[in-house]
Amino acid sequence: MKNLYLIAFLDLKESIRAKWFVVYSLVFGGLIALFFIAGVTESQVMGFSGLSRLLLMYIQITIVILPIFILITTVRSISGDRDSHVLEYMLSFPISLKQYYWGKVIGRFITVFLPVFFAMVIAIVYGAFKGAAIPWSIFFLYTGLLFAMTSAFLGIAFFISSFVKSSEVALGLSFFIWIFLLAFIDIALISLMMQERMSSGLIIFISLINPMEIFRVAAISLFDPQLTVMGPVAFYILDSMSQTVFVLVSIIYPVFLGLLFAFVGYKIFEKKDLV
Amino acid sequence: MIKVTNLTKKFGSNISLDSVSCEFKKNESIALMGANGAGKTTLVRSIMGYYHPNGGEVLINGLNPIKDRLDVLEHISFVPQLPPPIRLSIYELMEYISVSAKVDKELIKHYANEMKLDISGNLNKSFFKLSGGMKQKLLIAISLAKKSNIIIYDEPTANLDPKARDDFYRLLKQNEEDKVLLFVTHRLEEVRDLVNRQIYMDLGKIVSDERF
Repeated sequence: MKNLYLIAFLDLKESIRAKWFVVYSLVFGGLIALFFIAGVTESQVMGFSGLSRLLLMYIQITIVILPIFILITTVRSISGDRDSHVLEYMLSFPISLKQYYWGKVIGRFITVFLPVFFAMVIAIVYGAFKGAAIPWSIFFLYTGLLFAMTSAFLGIAFFISSFVKSSEVALGLSFFIWIFLLAFIDIALISLMMQERMSSGLIIFISLINPMEIFRVAAISLFDPQLTVMGPVAFYILDSMSQTVFVLVSIIYPVFLGLLFAFVGYKIFEKKDLV
Repeated sequence: MIKVTNLTKKFGSNISLDSVSCEFKKNESIALMGANGAGKTTLVRSIMGYYHPNGGEVLINGLNPIKDRLDVLEHISFVPQLPPPIRLSIYELMEYISVSAKVDKELIKHYANEMKLDISGNLNKSFFKLSGGMKQKLLIAISLAKKSNIIIYDEPTANLDPKARDDFYRLLKQNEEDKVLLFVTHRLEEVRDLVNRQIYMDLGKIVSDERF
């Protein structure tokens, strides 16, 4: 365990010093600052106002940029070390592959999750200071959703990192996965739905196994428990489970997905040549 | 200490090691030589447990370097040809080595001083920001401080000036007893005074093995 924490701690320290981390933190911190400067908390649109509106806007933007940030910064974690022969040297010491891999996962999780979370905490603290009502239920739901989405994409990134030969391929693959989950899968499913080749229930199920989609739906479910903004799709979701169960699934499923990908990545890392 | 039996390693259709067999025993200092692509690095990496062989096996003190990775690596020190761009500070790197391999940090500083490298004043400096020679000196100091039975050097003097090379040879002479020293090198004259065996590889095979 000591080695696992050591790897996690060193990866965290190394990441915090990296330029990408500065940009990453500035983007999410800057978003919150920008919302306050722009007076988002004072505006009211479709019943959302104050900090709730700010958090909703924050989460809507986060859906788009967090996955790609996680993918491009993490996907080179192991493949980059392999490329630059860092892995060859670091693994010449008696440290198990399990400790090395999972230590990296833990360190990188803390690095990518904390700035996104702290940006939300800053919004809450500043909002409270300005006298706004704190939407605790939304804050806790979004914390859970961010945790879940971070886990899912971190797992996918480590999975890619475990088998690609070069950092360039890893980056290309990351970008493809991001754009596929963000847009292509929806376009494909809409096209299938229009052609009526598959049942609507199956298409909605496929759509919801996309961690970005389930995040998106869960994020609005707290404001709109009946999911009326989604039209008939809400029928399929809420007919299968209650809103509370859906929220729980939207947190547990991406965490499971992330762990599954990370585990498969570990198995590949263990079985393949190391350098 | 090291027993390699019919070791074969392929990368796609390219055979990098072709049924190689050899044994390295205590008090042997070996110069492993050969042209580029002869299989020297593949052999070293197989000994370190980095590669899964297509055939044959490697045993270090009777243990498999892949299955018994931790036990095997406790007894091996390795210095690569080119110091990797590790982004940890010197202190963090020493911490990593000290915790994972139970190496005394003071001993690393001692050998670094012997190599005329002052690390006390550079502890917070990133390893990759050091000059090539400084990096190599630090890696050599770590390899000696680890007190391993098996020391593997891949072109260890490539970045060292003549004075640093002399320091390196002097320290090795003082620390060679009861060990296996394996030098991957293109220049025998540089390690001639240290080695008592020369292995020449070509096209994935051992083509000559001389003791002197």
